Amino acid sequence: MMEPMHLQYELEGGNFTKAGFASSEIKKVLKQLNVDAKTIKRIVVSSYEAEVNIVAHAYSGIINAWIDNEKIVLHFNDKGPGIPDIEMAMQAGYSTASPAVREMGFGAGMGLPNIKNNVDLLEINSEVNKGTLVKFTIGLTPEMN
Amino acid sequence: MNNKFFHHALYFSKETCIGCTHCMRVCPTQAIRVRNGKAELLPNRCIDCGECYRVCPVDAVKVEQDDFNLIYNYKYRVVLIPGVFLGQFPEDINQQQIYSVLIELGFTHVCEVETGAEILKSVMADYIDENLHIRPMISSFCPAIVRLIQVKFPSLVNHLIPLKQPLDIAGFYAKQLLIKQGAEQDEIGVFYITPCAAKIAAIKSPVGETQSVIDGVINIDFAYNKVLTIIRQSKSKKFPSAKESNLSPESILWALTTGESSVMRGRSLAIDGISNVIEFLEQLENEEMSNIDFLELRACDESCAGGILTSSNRFFTSERLRNRAKSVQHPAERNENDIHNFREYLSKHFSIEKIKPRSMLKLDENIGSALEKMKKVNELMEILPYVDCGICGSPTCQSLAEDTVRNETEISRCIFIQRILEQKGTFTNEESVKIMKEIWGEGKLDKDLK
Repeated sequence: MMEPMHLQYELEGGNFTKAGFASSEIKKVLKQLNVDAKTIKRIVVSSYEAEVNIVAHAYSGIINAWIDNEKIVLHFNDKGPGIPDIEMAMQAGYSTASPAVREMGFGAGMGLPNIKNNVDLLEINSEVNKGTLVKFTIGLTPEMN
Repeated sequence: MNNKFFHHALYFSKETCIGCTHCMRVCPTQAIRVRNGKAELLPNRCIDCGECYRVCPVDAVKVEQDDFNLIYNYKYRVVLIPGVFLGQFPEDINQQQIYSVLIELGFTHVCEVETGAEILKSVMADYIDENLHIRPMISSFCPAIVRLIQVKFPSLVNHLIPLKQPLDIAGFYAKQLLIKQGAEQDEIGVFYITPCAAKIAAIKSPVGETQSVIDGVINIDFAYNKVLTIIRQSKSKKFPSAKESNLSPESILWALTTGESSVMRGRSLAIDGISNVIEFLEQLENEEMSNIDFLELRACDESCAGGILTSSNRFFTSERLRNRAKSVQHPAERNENDIHNFREYLSKHFSIEKIKPRSMLKLDENIGSALEKMKKVNELMEILPYVDCGICGSPTCQSLAEDTVRNETEISRCIFIQRILEQKGTFTNEESVKIMKEIWGEGKLDKDLK
């Protein structure tokens, strides 16, 4: 088993201008690794959603990514309000986003459901008033999917 | 893997190149390196956009063109002129004069490229409607953009609309019209006056088809100078009246920015300028933009009016075309030779094959090996200065690191690394001079300082 490559990005709550930066950087890496376009799309869509979740809801966050020749593992760790009912948050259309966030075109309640549809493994841990840790894994080679 | 040779209309003249770095710095796909004091093109990366041509201070970037006398291989010699060709000429010269001079130069027929747009606009709009599952759909109008997407945005190739463009459609139309009038297929030569190198590459090595209907290309600056000289030298001469075109305003404006987007149904965006296009495509790769139906993307600022081979200021060219579109009396009269009467014949030739990606970004075919290489690139980036000076002959520190990992260059070509090694005493001045000469040739270091 090879040592995975580690990438790390920091996020600031409320800074929508920067939302998408980490996903974009991860995408550049995956393109250089010759990962197929469909898999890249799944990774980028889900990491973008997770990134926007942190920017829209939390105060700050850190993204860690580990890539080896079989998979990418992503951890989105934020300090923020947490998710009181994860099951509810997983339902399409359910959103706790503020009207201001919705006005910016975010907060349609598709974030977590969209992630779930695109990843191979998903785990969400959250503590109210402390923060949320979203972890997911996506296989890099088509036969793993 | 498909490693076939990619035809490029651009090449560097070794005799003229002075080995600066202007072209290398502006190349949007990092397709240029400097070796032995001369710029070199990496054919798998070049998209024929011509940004290098614009900035070269000594005109060392050349654009190939066919020998003009090639036209005499044919009995019927059709010249296909893009609207921007007419837009090159000052207001005191009219369309009829230009047509007549083209005939005087040896052509037998003149046809406007945008004639093809008369048919394409509805075909393309229908195609977009029929393929609702792909959003946004991207126009294949600009060959530099098609190539850009192939090499840099492989995940987006299926968004490209696989239809022929006005140029090819006009070519088929012109040939079929002459055949209808009694000509034989091989007696007809169709020549295109091109505003850019990408169109030449698209004709010489088309994407999604095996052979182009166009038989030869003439560069717009060459044609402009020929035509203008004759007109200026024969001031008093009366030109025989040629027929005015009956293009619709939409077709006249097709090659300008918003030419396509303003005609397509649904939500459309028009973006011109290669760096603007790249920025947008980066974002399109990251986000779902299924609420946009159509993207018109053009490599040049002001689209074809800003083509690298044009002579006139692009804003004046645009203005002239917009004025021309405004002056059109509508509806135009149609006769039996109108392109609309050839719709059924042309419809057999509309589609091109699926456009395939050919990513230039991958470090290796195999993910594991690519990952090992990327780790090495990252290690090298820790010692490189992030200055992107280009002295090493690669455009950026990142590209030097990648070129090194691909065994195409050496990290010691970096002057910062050389200084670091010199401080450690493991590198001599002679060695660094030798390396500099390898990159920049003898001349640049062989000078007398007073």
